[in-house]
Amino acid sequence: MRTLTVISLAVAATAVSAQSRKQTPAVPQSTTQQTNDLLPDEQIQQVLNRLTFGPRPGDAEKVRAMGIDKWIDMQLHPERIADPGADSIISKYAIYSMPTSDIMRDYGIAQQLQRQVKKESAADSMNKRDARKDALADNPKAAEAIRQTQQLVGELQSAKLARAVNSERQLDEVMVDFWENHFSVFAGKGQTRLFLAQYDRDVIRPRALGKFRDLLGAVAKSPAMLFFLDNAQSAADSTEPTLGRRPGTQFRPGIVARRPALGGARGRIPPALREQYQNATPEEREQMLKRVQAQAKRGLNENYARELMELHTLGVDGGYTQKDVQEVARALTGWTFNRQTAEFQFNPNIHDAGAKTILGHKFPAGRGEEEGEAVLDIVARAPATAHFITTKLARHFVSDDPPKSLVDHCADTFSKSDGDIRETVKCIVTSPEFMSRQAYRAKVKTPFEVVASALRAVNAQPDFTPRTAQVVARLGQPIFGRQTPDGWPDRGDAWMNTGAILNRINFGLSVAAGQLPTARLQNWPLFDSLRVLPRDKQVDGVIKSMLGGQVSTETRQVLVSGENPMLAKGGAANDANGMAMLDSSSVMMGGGRPPARQPGKAEKDGKGFPRGQLPGFGRPVDLKGLPQVVGLALGAPEFQRR
Amino acid sequence: MNRRVFMKSGAMALATMGLNPSFLRRTVFAQDILKGGLRSPTGKGKTLVVLFQRGAADALNIVVPHGEKAYYTMRPSIAVPRPSAMSTPTSPSAIDLDGFFGLHPSLSPFKALWDDGILAPVHAVGSPSNTRSHFDAQDYMESGTPDNKGTRDGWLNRYLAVKGTCDECHLHDAQNAKQSPFLAVSMTPQTPRILEGGAPTVAMNSLDEFTIRTNNSQADRIEALYRTGNADVIHAAGGEMFEAMKILKTANPQQYAAQNGADYPRSPFGQHLRQIAQLIKADVGLEVAFADVGGWDTHVNQGGSTGQLANRLDDFSKSIAALVKDLGNRMADVTILTMSEFGRTAHQNGNGGTDHGHATSMFVIGADVKGKKVHGKWPGLAPEQLNEGRDLALTTDFRSVFSEVAFKHLGAAKMDAVFPGYTGAEKNWLGVLG
Repeated sequence: MRTLTVISLAVAATAVSAQSRKQTPAVPQSTTQQTNDLLPDEQIQQVLNRLTFGPRPGDAEKVRAMGIDKWIDMQLHPERIADPGADSIISKYAIYSMPTSDIMRDYGIAQQLQRQVKKESAADSMNKRDARKDALADNPKAAEAIRQTQQLVGELQSAKLARAVNSERQLDEVMVDFWENHFSVFAGKGQTRLFLAQYDRDVIRPRALGKFRDLLGAVAKSPAMLFFLDNAQSAADSTEPTLGRRPGTQFRPGIVARRPALGGARGRIPPALREQYQNATPEEREQMLKRVQAQAKRGLNENYARELMELHTLGVDGGYTQKDVQEVARALTGWTFNRQTAEFQFNPNIHDAGAKTILGHKFPAGRGEEEGEAVLDIVARAPATAHFITTKLARHFVSDDPPKSLVDHCADTFSKSDGDIRETVKCIVTSPEFMSRQAYRAKVKTPFEVVASALRAVNAQPDFTPRTAQVVARLGQPIFGRQTPDGWPDRGDAWMNTGAILNRINFGLSVAAGQLPTARLQNWPLFDSLRVLPRDKQVDGVIKSMLGGQVSTETRQVLVSGENPMLAKGGAANDANGMAMLDSSSVMMGGGRPPARQPGKAEKDGKGFPRGQLPGFGRPVDLKGLPQVVGLALGAPEFQRR
Repeated sequence: MNRRVFMKSGAMALATMGLNPSFLRRTVFAQDILKGGLRSPTGKGKTLVVLFQRGAADALNIVVPHGEKAYYTMRPSIAVPRPSAMSTPTSPSAIDLDGFFGLHPSLSPFKALWDDGILAPVHAVGSPSNTRSHFDAQDYMESGTPDNKGTRDGWLNRYLAVKGTCDECHLHDAQNAKQSPFLAVSMTPQTPRILEGGAPTVAMNSLDEFTIRTNNSQADRIEALYRTGNADVIHAAGGEMFEAMKILKTANPQQYAAQNGADYPRSPFGQHLRQIAQLIKADVGLEVAFADVGGWDTHVNQGGSTGQLANRLDDFSKSIAALVKDLGNRMADVTILTMSEFGRTAHQNGNGGTDHGHATSMFVIGADVKGKKVHGKWPGLAPEQLNEGRDLALTTDFRSVFSEVAFKHLGAAKMDAVFPGYTGAEKNWLGVLG
């Protein structure tokens, strides 16, 4: 047996450019030495896997020709990279050229139309849908406006994926994705989606490799974040002085001038009780008001203040207290935005102008917008923040548990460069830890990364419809769809579960079957040349192109012949640490077959139940030849790694 | 569906003598509960089916307080008429429950469950949080920590994570025993908030989708790929998945057609419940099942005894009643819990609908409920009794009901871990379950 293994290794070594080896040093079967350093081809793979959304055919050659250092440097300066492909993509999406004020206007029109329809349908007790149709027919401009607002999220998801797949400025796209996750907002909450295009285009993208303090400030003032984390409606408690009035000033009934007209009827008599209020005696009125005022008294919203420190800068152990959260919230009152123009606006009338103590710093009374800026200065430059941000970056680029030496060293760079993101990323990706055996292929791809890397692997064209983006959602990571502000996890164990694996496998098969709208294997540069080769050469070609050029011999064997050689010889099902054979039904891999699935059964059972029409979640595929090899490779465990 | 069907076999004799079997359960089986084991007549584990009505369902038109005069003055055109012999199909009246409360007429399938003593409505229950945001309120109800946005996992996942760690629990030894991959199943495209967390759960849109979409030999090859190469978190997840698929294939839940004349609506919700029943019958170790249904956010034209809300309630109750019927004997081991993130305004608004409110209502359905009673403390609907002058006021924290159900039905321990920050476990229980 051992002889066979050595021979097959030798054969494999000539067929693939990189050596076929185990991926953990646990029980090496080959005689190749395990070193901590990566071989040149491995370094190229590492750099492509981490600084891009996955290698395209020909990328490895380009990096080799330029030299890794030069290539990294080029990616660190996206402004130096010509990107006609991305420019063309951007021009296809209306959302990128639409000012947010137009989006707000369209939304206003849509709301107005809905109100009109409600009135009419309530009055005539007509069918609401018919009333809407009539109203829209009368007003094509309104119809267009409504269509735009409804498609906002789908467009933005499609655009983000298309750019991630097709842009030449790959590191920039990786960083945009990183920051949109770090400063995560949820498209499904209220009006957040109206501000998303602006968030992506104007807030995050221009600053993804700039200074952290700039990025933090732009996010803090963005309508998307101000709305999502409720700071837009946070107002000084009525016991505190604002820049608009003295404390203890009589609260006038029914007034809403103090705060933007957001968040419902707090501070006013509810419509249902207005008639009662009008008919009430003065004493009764006073009672009703007291009750309403008791609710209105507390206007402070701590949500953003807490997440600013816990999630965006210091981290949960960063050394702030609940009192700090409250004081920061007070300092940020008045940070809101104009509903028509969707621009940041400081409202002095609701800004808490009292004295504060924040993270040990004393803030005197009477200050305005500069208070919030000072808070951002403090948190952005705190050592805990340097550590927190660097840890997250290192987790993203190196491994789930990055080495302390790396984090300490590059956190230092972060601090010394005044939070320069480019410098910090450079520190990380040029470190020995980055190019180490432990870090090599050590990260598990997120669903977004699975889809993007598969599309890049087969040279897919951008999909201008939302369909491919919906596949990312089906794999568990809807774009801008993370409900909680902590963003998607960046650890392998968070993404690996029973349902997830199944979906990824089915996805891989569907790509190979051409079920994705813009991914055709025929357009894959290697398709024609590999198609005419024998199976084992096809496998080697696919391994080299899509699986980093390295798989275990057993894996290669399965791809070639469908048999697991270890099983066939009655050994353990898994060749590494002897992952136990779980039960006798795994014998079927060696010989027996489970009962054939009835092809029509699924349709029958599904009758009356809406089926997903998404690629990979519809008809089963039957792949043969080269597409089969590709499908197996894209669903393989190795493809889940980067 | 007679309650006698749900008797534990040992209690059968006593039950026919008219003794309340839950009394029996407390004494004879109390020993078992103290020892941490949970027995059941059918010898299988317990299942909790959690159903979330997303969008803030209008509790006042669901469990109708027809005995409240204010209800009719506040809802001149959308109130459900008082139970009346003159109820007609075009204007049906409330189905009386106890002389004060009634059910919306579209919930007529629930009346049979009420009569059998297995349906327990709970009223004026909900979240102490003031939020009226769907997003936040659902977050709080699923995370089980109202007004705390820092919680990353859901309370059902925390239950799964801590079960088996109570002092004397033997039934599920988290360390050593092979737990079923189908311990927690959600009939949703992604893992819902309520099941998010470290304990493994499965989310699937349908049983038919839980398969590798290719022919057998290719599926075999893929499996081979996951059983070769290095053991790591990816291979482990793959291995578990193939295990789960094998279990599902062997158990073949799709083979179980609806029994006992149960007729599931063709809606997504109805079909999800049908599949939950299949999973239960297939004995795959299902302990927690979750499904949700939307369409409850009735701001405009909600209708009274007929209309928008009535149509939703029709599908809702028919689906659940079909589930109960289909399960038959197995309902001895199953409890169904329905919930919604908050209720709606007591007054109707200017568009024939209602706006976001506060307290809501729930249904607990199972053999162990204290039936023939609407649980909770009714605060009344007079203007001064309303929350903020507009909503049904809250008298029971939702965690009280959730923790009672989790403890009494599933044997959950460590309530402080399942509901961190909640101190009302046990002392605030309404006694919805016996």
